[in-house]
Amino acid sequence: MALLQLSEPGQTDAPHQRRLAAGIDLGTTNSLVATVRSGNAETLPDREGRHLLPSVVRYTEAGVIVGEEAKASSIEDPLNTILSVKRMVGRGLEDIKSLGSRLPYHYAQERTAVPRIQTVAGDVSAVEVSAEILKALAMRAEETLGGDLEGVVITVPAYFDDAQRQATKDAARVAGLKVLRLLNEPTAAAVAYGLDSGSSGVHAIYDLGGGTFDISILRLNRGVFEVLSTGGDSALGGDDFDRVVAEWIMRQAGISDDAGRSMLRQLMHDACAAKEALTRTAVTELDVDLGNGARWQGLLTRDQFNELVDPLIKKTLGPCRRALRDADLSREDIQDVVMVGGSTRVPRVRELVGAFFQTEPLVEIDPDRVVAVGAAIQADVLVGNKSDDEILLLDVNPLSLGIETMGGLVEKIIPRNTPIPVARAQEFTTFKDGQTAMAVHVLQGERELVTDNRSLARFELREIPPMVAGAARIQVTFAVDADGLLSVEAMEQSSGARASIEVKPSYGLTDGEIETMLRDSFEHAREDVEVRRLREEQVEARRVVEALSAALSEDGDRLLNADERKQLESALAGLVALVEDQDHEVIRKGIQDLEKACEFYVERRMNASVSQAMSGHKVDEFE
Amino acid sequence: MLDFKKNYFELFGLPVSYVVDMDRLATRYRELQRVMHPDRYASASDYERRLSIQGATQVNQAYETLKDPMRRARYMLSLSGMDMSADNETTKDAAFLMEQLELREELEEARGKPDPYAAISELMGGINRRINSLIGQMAVQFETGQPEQLEAAKETLRKMQFLQKLRDDAESIETELDEVL
Repeated sequence: MALLQLSEPGQTDAPHQRRLAAGIDLGTTNSLVATVRSGNAETLPDREGRHLLPSVVRYTEAGVIVGEEAKASSIEDPLNTILSVKRMVGRGLEDIKSLGSRLPYHYAQERTAVPRIQTVAGDVSAVEVSAEILKALAMRAEETLGGDLEGVVITVPAYFDDAQRQATKDAARVAGLKVLRLLNEPTAAAVAYGLDSGSSGVHAIYDLGGGTFDISILRLNRGVFEVLSTGGDSALGGDDFDRVVAEWIMRQAGISDDAGRSMLRQLMHDACAAKEALTRTAVTELDVDLGNGARWQGLLTRDQFNELVDPLIKKTLGPCRRALRDADLSREDIQDVVMVGGSTRVPRVRELVGAFFQTEPLVEIDPDRVVAVGAAIQADVLVGNKSDDEILLLDVNPLSLGIETMGGLVEKIIPRNTPIPVARAQEFTTFKDGQTAMAVHVLQGERELVTDNRSLARFELREIPPMVAGAARIQVTFAVDADGLLSVEAMEQSSGARASIEVKPSYGLTDGEIETMLRDSFEHAREDVEVRRLREEQVEARRVVEALSAALSEDGDRLLNADERKQLESALAGLVALVEDQDHEVIRKGIQDLEKACEFYVERRMNASVSQAMSGHKVDEFE
Repeated sequence: MLDFKKNYFELFGLPVSYVVDMDRLATRYRELQRVMHPDRYASASDYERRLSIQGATQVNQAYETLKDPMRRARYMLSLSGMDMSADNETTKDAAFLMEQLELREELEEARGKPDPYAAISELMGGINRRINSLIGQMAVQFETGQPEQLEAAKETLRKMQFLQKLRDDAESIETELDEVL
C-alpha cells in the first residue's frame, strides 16, 4: 500500500526512478541507439567504443550475427549476409527488383505478399532482419543503462509510406520492444538542433541517407516543431552514389554486367571507399581486384565524381521545390538548412543544396548521430520523464491517400502534407440493385493512375442492406494517427448498419504471422514469451497506479467530490493488490477495470487542461 | 476533451470573420495541440489516448479549414446554411472564363520553354495574385452577411476553384518535368 501514500493531499511525488527509454535510428547503412542521461542526449557505443552499428545481419547455422562482424563477411558470404534491408521493408518483390540496386539474394518462391530471403538459417523477411538490428541496439542500451527499456522511439524517413511504417513497427514487435512513437527522421534532427540552439523560425531539413532522401520544412516556436511540409524519395541515397561510381569503374576496367556477386559487392565497397576519400581529397586512387590475379588501377577526381553524382543530387531538388510550395513559402523564407545523413558529407551535396536555398548549410552536429539524438530526446519526453523544455512535434502525412475509382483512376481523400492525426470521411454508394458488398482499394501516392501509386490495402464492405442502386450511403472514414498509420472504418448511413471491413495489407504481415515470428524469435533467445508478458503487465500496472496517484494528488481535490475520490481510491487499491499477481491476464483485467472506473475523471482532467490552455482568450477580447 | 459542438472559430477563440489573424490562429493551434496531442498521452490509458486522438484530429481539421481561404469560405457558407458540396453551378462571367482559357494555353506552352520552371513559376505568380484579389472581394462579401452578398461570395468561390485547379495542374506539370530529370 506504500504507493497510495503518494496520493495523500499536500504531499509531492516521491522522487521516482527515471524511466528508461531510447531513441533508435534504424538506418539503411548504419543504425544507432541514443538515450538521455543526466540531461544529455547521447548515442551509446558498443564495448569496443563504436557508436555506429552497421545495419548488416548475417545468418549462419550457428546463429545470427549483427553489425561489424556481419559486414566483414558480406563479401565471402553474400547470400546469407543481408545489407540495406531498410530498402526492402514494407515492399513487395516486384518493388525490390525495380529498385535498381543489385541485390544478390535468393528469394523463396512462395505466394506470400511479403518476400522472404533464403538463408542457411531458413527463410527470413525484411521485418525479421530489421528486428535483429533492433534487438542488438536495445540490448546495447539495456546493458549500458542497467535495466529494461520501457519504450523506444524509432525513426523512419518522413517519406516512408504506410506499408513501410507498419513493417517498421512490426519489426519492433518482433524484437519485443514497445514503440512509443515512429518519428520522422528530419523531425528528429530538428529536435536535436532546435534544443541545442533554442532557435525559432522556419527551417529546412535536408536528409540524404544511405538509401533514402527526405526534405522537411518546419516552423519552430517555443518548443513546438510544426512540420509544414515534407517530400522526398524513399529509394534514393548514398548507395546510389556508390552504384554510379561502381558502374563507372566497370566501364573503365571492362568488367561485364554479369560479374559474380562477390565481385559486385567488392566493387560497391571500392566505390564507397572512393566516395569517402573524395570528401577529403581532390583525387583518389583506385585499385580493383579483378579476380584471376589481375588488377585494374586508375584515378577518380572529385570533378569526375561530381559529374557522376550530379544527376542524383539534382533529383533531390525537385522535392525541395515542391515542399516549399506545399508550405506556401519561397526560398527566402528559409532561415537555415540543416544537413542530416552520412551522404551530406559529400561536398558537392552541400554545394548544390546551399546554392538552392541560398544559404550556407548547417553541419554542426554529426550528421550520422543527429537523428538518434533527437529520437532519444523525444523518447525521454514520451516515456514520462518531464523535462523543462516541453517539446511537441506536429507532423504531416507525407503522401496523399486515396481510393480507386472507375477507370483505374485515384480519388484523393487525404492530400499530402495534411497535419496528423487526421480523419476524413467519404461517401460511397452502390451501383446495382440489391448490391450487398463492394470492394475498396486504398492507394498512396500523388499520381492519377492507380498503377502509378502504391497499393496499401484492399477491403470489402459487406452486409450492406439490399436497396436500389444509388440508395445506400456508405460512409468510409480514413484515419491517420500520429505515427502516420492508416485505419479504415465504414458505416451504412441510412440504416446505421456497420459494414464489416476486412483490410488485407498489400505488403504487410498479418497479426498471426507476427505472433509466430515473435515466438520464433524468443525461442532462439531461450526466453519465455509468457514470462515476458507477465513482466510487461506488472510494469504497466505499476505505471497506471503511479499515474493515477500523481493525478489525484495534483487535482483530485479540485475535480472530484469526496465520494468520487473515495471510489477511485478504492479502485486504485484494487489494482495495487494485483501488481504482484503471477497471471498476466489477471493483471491486464485489473488495469482495464481501473481505467474504466477512471473514465469520467480522465474527461474532467482533459476538459480542465483545454480550458486552461484557452483561458484568457475570450472572443470579445478582439471585438 | 474538446467540445465538438463549438464551431471552428469558437474552438480557436476567434471572432467569426472571413478575415483571420493568421499569427493568432497559429498560436492558438499550438496551444490547443499542446494539451490535446496524442504524444501528451503516450503512456496514458487507451481511453485517454482515444479522446486525445479525437480532439487532436478535430483541432487539425479546424486549423486546416480556417487557414485555407477556399475551405474557410466554404465553411462560412455552410455556417449560413449554404452547402457548397452540392453546388453544380459554374461561373457565367464570360471575361473570367476567357482569361482562364488563355492562362491554360500559357501553361501548356510553358512546358516547351527553354526554362520551363521559370515560365511556370511566373504563371503561378499571376494565378496567386488573382486568387489574392478574390480573397479581398470575399472578405467584403462576408462582412455584411446579407443574402445577396453571400450569393456573391459563392460566385467568388467558384472562380477561386477554377484558379485552384489551374494551380494544381501547373504543379503536376512541374512534377512531370522533375521526373524526366
